[in-house]
Amino acid sequence: MEQEARTTYDVAVVGAGPAGLTAALYAARAGLSVVVLEALMPGGQMGETGRIDNYPGFPEGVSGFDLTMQMQEQCTRFGVEFVNEGLVSCDLACAPKRLDTAARTLWARAVIVATGSHSRKLDVPGEAELAGRGVSYCATCDGNFFRGKTVVVVGGGNTAAADAIYLSRICEAVHLVHRRDRLRATAAEQRRIADIDNVVFHMNKTVRTIEGEGGAVSGVVIEDVQTGETEEIPASAVFVAVGKVPNTDVFAGQLPLDEAGCVRADESGATGVAGVFAAGDVRAKRLRQVATAVGDGANAAEAAAEWLAS
Amino acid sequence: MATQITAAEFDEKVLKADKPVLVDFFATWCGPCKMMAPTIDQIATEVKGTADVYKIDVDQAPEIAQRYGVMSIPTLIVFDKGEVKNQAVGAQPKPAVMALFD
Repeated sequence: MEQEARTTYDVAVVGAGPAGLTAALYAARAGLSVVVLEALMPGGQMGETGRIDNYPGFPEGVSGFDLTMQMQEQCTRFGVEFVNEGLVSCDLACAPKRLDTAARTLWARAVIVATGSHSRKLDVPGEAELAGRGVSYCATCDGNFFRGKTVVVVGGGNTAAADAIYLSRICEAVHLVHRRDRLRATAAEQRRIADIDNVVFHMNKTVRTIEGEGGAVSGVVIEDVQTGETEEIPASAVFVAVGKVPNTDVFAGQLPLDEAGCVRADESGATGVAGVFAAGDVRAKRLRQVATAVGDGANAAEAAAEWLAS
Repeated sequence: MATQITAAEFDEKVLKADKPVLVDFFATWCGPCKMMAPTIDQIATEVKGTADVYKIDVDQAPEIAQRYGVMSIPTLIVFDKGEVKNQAVGAQPKPAVMALFD
């Protein structure tokens, strides 16, 4: 009975960010039956980005949400099916491959892993308790609640720099805390941030604790990585921008992962596990952008189609 | 579809409701809020009759957001008999939102 009801897709794509949506589009256009699994709404980090200025073809920039909707519509036009459920467990070694959500089991001959990543936590006392109470991982979402207040940004990459620049326009002061002696952000971002009067740099410092008062953030205690000296910065919010963690827990033991937890795969997305390909931010690679995610998605779909035909 | 309400309607529609009410605190410029919107609309349709679902724009109703300590959006709060029953911060999968009613 169950056998009769069972559908086996040619390709299952896990994750509906730009890599997953592009992989689905290319696979569907190659004549394959395609299902996309996504726990949240499509878009991933792209969908959450207010304006994207570096995706070619949009001289005025494009809202990540609008770009997501366009990509999804394009997928739907070519027959891609969407299942709004997250992957809970899977067996990638069997044929066809088994993918379980909380509600159902899906089967597919090939799988494209495009699960992206999520914001890394600081893992310090106070962070979990005060999440949503001044601890935030999205400056553009929550910055407005701290208009005219003093805030802290933690991190030294492009996201941290962009967050600090954005917050400097609406907040009284921005304290940028970074564990190294220089920012990792691009030269352009560094030049922009150096000229801002109300950004205070705390280099070679890490956050030790996030302090709260009356159920909301009241400050952070930072520690000098060289001297061990501590200092408290009174602040109403802490914006954490210390990188991303790949979403690969569900594939542990089944796919080759690097030290950071990213899937090891070559440029075609091949993981070494037959019929399983990786695309987008989840793949071990240098540059993580919408533009590179889209390229990964196309390559992985092409490789999956070739593998299915062989 | 989840209906958007104003600060003036909040007490009547949410606190004095005779059934549980899910409120989505959002802003028009917030990406994760936009991503949550279709899920919130789906839930509004599914729970119709047993619960109400409303959206509040935090820019239009900052006093309501402040009253419930909303400092991050989207914030989803289920009210029951005028009290906060459960809440969640950030974009959530649908089952996690439905669990706020339990």
